[in-house]
Amino acid sequence: MSNTPTSEQDLSDLIQTADGPIRIIGGGTRDIGAPVEGTRVSTAGLSGVTLYEPGALTLVAQAGTPLAEIDALLAKDGQRLAFEPTDLRGLLGTEGASTIGGIVATNASGPRRIQVGAARDFCLGVRFVDGAGRVLKNGGRVMKNVTGYDLVKLMAGSWGTLGVMTEISLKVMAIPETETTLVGDGQTAAQAVESLSAALGSPFDVTGAAFSEGKTFVRIEGLEASVAYRAAELAKGVLAGFQPVSGAASSDIWARIRDVSAFAGRDGAVWRLSIKPSDGPRLVAALDDLSPDATYDWGGGLVWLHVADQPDAGAARVRAELAKLGGHATLVHAPADVRATVPVFQPEPTPIAALTRGLRQKFDPRGILNPGLMGA
Amino acid sequence: MQMPDPNSRILARKDHIVARLQSVLPVGAVVHDPIQTRAYECDALTAYKCPPLCAVLPATTDEVSAVMRICFEEGVPVVPRGAGTSLAGGALPTADSVILGVARLNDVLETDYDNRFIRVQSGRTNLSVTGAVEEDGFFYAPDPSSQLACAIAGNIGMNSGGAHCLKYGVTTNNLMGVTMVMSDGEVVEIGGAHLDAGGLDLLGLICGSEGQLGIVTEATLRILAKPEGARPVLVGFDSNEVAGHCVSDIIKSGILPVAIEFMDRPCIRATEAFAGAGYPDCEALLIIEVEGSDAEIDDQLSRIVEIATRHNPVEVRESTSAEESAKIWLGRKSAFGAMGQINDYMCLDGTIPVSELPLVLRRISEMSKDYGLDVGNVFHAGDGNMHPLILFDANKPGDLEKCEAFGADILRLCVEVGGCLTGEHGVGVEKRDLMVSQYDADDLEIQLQVKDVFDPAWLLNPAKVFPLDATETRRAG
Repeated sequence: MSNTPTSEQDLSDLIQTADGPIRIIGGGTRDIGAPVEGTRVSTAGLSGVTLYEPGALTLVAQAGTPLAEIDALLAKDGQRLAFEPTDLRGLLGTEGASTIGGIVATNASGPRRIQVGAARDFCLGVRFVDGAGRVLKNGGRVMKNVTGYDLVKLMAGSWGTLGVMTEISLKVMAIPETETTLVGDGQTAAQAVESLSAALGSPFDVTGAAFSEGKTFVRIEGLEASVAYRAAELAKGVLAGFQPVSGAASSDIWARIRDVSAFAGRDGAVWRLSIKPSDGPRLVAALDDLSPDATYDWGGGLVWLHVADQPDAGAARVRAELAKLGGHATLVHAPADVRATVPVFQPEPTPIAALTRGLRQKFDPRGILNPGLMGA
Repeated sequence: MQMPDPNSRILARKDHIVARLQSVLPVGAVVHDPIQTRAYECDALTAYKCPPLCAVLPATTDEVSAVMRICFEEGVPVVPRGAGTSLAGGALPTADSVILGVARLNDVLETDYDNRFIRVQSGRTNLSVTGAVEEDGFFYAPDPSSQLACAIAGNIGMNSGGAHCLKYGVTTNNLMGVTMVMSDGEVVEIGGAHLDAGGLDLLGLICGSEGQLGIVTEATLRILAKPEGARPVLVGFDSNEVAGHCVSDIIKSGILPVAIEFMDRPCIRATEAFAGAGYPDCEALLIIEVEGSDAEIDDQLSRIVEIATRHNPVEVRESTSAEESAKIWLGRKSAFGAMGQINDYMCLDGTIPVSELPLVLRRISEMSKDYGLDVGNVFHAGDGNMHPLILFDANKPGDLEKCEAFGADILRLCVEVGGCLTGEHGVGVEKRDLMVSQYDADDLEIQLQVKDVFDPAWLLNPAKVFPLDATETRRAG
């Protein structure tokens, strides 16, 4: 037995005999959350695609499978993971290779989330080992499944606090024929979000809506003729004055937004705020005293906020302003000593915190899986 | 089908419990007369009936909370009820339970087009959510067949789907937030106008929990801009297998239809006799619908027709107008009614990997001969969600039992080939005892433990979803 189990049974034995906390490691690219002291257990030994059916839009992979391997396999059949998983290595200064388990455990979803859904929406089934060492499964590999409780969603975004995922079934989708991005210049954040709302409220099936580094971006994907038509309709309507960009230039824009490249390599802290889109610019303006820098994705509803020189990374102010509007804030990037003292994830109201605690107690009675990562 | 024996101590205290409930609700919101409670004795799974102790019809979250507090204190089971359209017996009462109907919770609370959501009380019907926004060019995507009648509360309880979820997803993919009353009456808020509620995905857990974790009283739902238009093409084949391959090829091609519906010969013949939609008399028929502008629709349909042509169809009928579209959909939409004209029927809901379609259809037809019961298949082929309709005669002794055994065999087959027992109807009481064919003891136990967290006294819809013997000690507790 090692810290890199190669089977579910191996992992189950390891967890059952663990005498202290375990820090679960996928690709090690997402060093987010309160630092966890514990034995590192890697999913690297649980790797490989176990089933791929392009005609059923289904992929089943072991949790430690590198994203790059999945992307390459899907691309051969003209398919992809449509939720556009983020690659935060540049932002967080980490190395390694993203794994599908890590992506699902952190619900890492990119710009297309606004239209197709998040990572959790593409998860069809999961196998995992819980904190008691039980080998469990939920869901399956079909698109529609309401058989019992949906623990698949619960596991997605649980940051390894409920179990170690070993295998995940995913819905995949076709790579569209082409994409075009309409780019607007010179808008304020508030104007940009208005434009984005108008585009998202149009019938033209927008798959990306962002305002970053002074520019407003709206993405259209699909069949050639259809993309041309929709881009033209938007440009002569609600996005008057926007210029089209296609091909690699378009996809580069979205990779940069997805990976929050605007803030890569900068000192300071980076927050991820999920709020009502029209509240985005208002919230950032209210935090003016922190001299923040912001990029907006998801039509304004996903704000990446850069804050410099604040001892608590601006937590008190960010959370006070957010409380007035609703939503949640995660301190994605900050020095480890700050993350050890500032709650990284949004503190929960008492009854919700009780549910969270209750669930974790059932899934991980000894409290050994990534303890403290999501808070107490 | 077995239900737990009613708790005689609760039955004996009926007057006291009714009086307490009346004290927190408006006049007329507690239904306790034995004749009137019969209105709540079953849902759309009419084979099983049992009037409840009483039914309550609260109109606000506070009233729901007050009801729940009383039931918690009295130790009375609560069975939540949306519009009572469940085909799985999700709202079937026991004699010692209080039915909590959400029919009076039907207001629109907030409509926000800039942020693309609507907040409604949960008793509002599915179609009337779209009705509230369609004049402004928006719609709510999940569209179960019962959408005229079914309530959002029930949609959330069962994580309902519909014909168009191939593109737009099911309820869980369109639910942004809920106000929920816990089993002890506490009110919680999860999610809201922002995407992805923070922390553990409790919203995802609640959606599809069949009213066993809490009573959803308000919901924030994602609304979408209506596409410019939609049109279907009808394609007929002389083999189910070939039709299955065609579905696969369309999906692989990268076109994303909003719906791919499948009907087999028994179903086609029944609907023809009933609705006269002019369908070809063939083994299998697909209705494939795409959306967009007229030119976009033409482009997509021509690509689909090209793929279909490679599979030697016996008929291809591309709609060119709203009138033709309606005619193509007419038969499909009247399929259940058509089968109901022939006899009583039971509608199943298993889901299978699309690749297993030909095998499963062949096995169903073999089983149909063995059981001596006819079966028609009409379903959402794009996502493998099957709805076999087994015909039986409710007045013939033994026929219902035979039908149920046949249905159970079909569902076990769905699990065997890599699918599941239910794609969008829910487990309810109907498939409760089959859960062991899909899940091992530990897989079920972890789900029971989830319920322990939300509803420690096991008062919410307690006799559903899980086999009774697996929950017995908890329900007694």
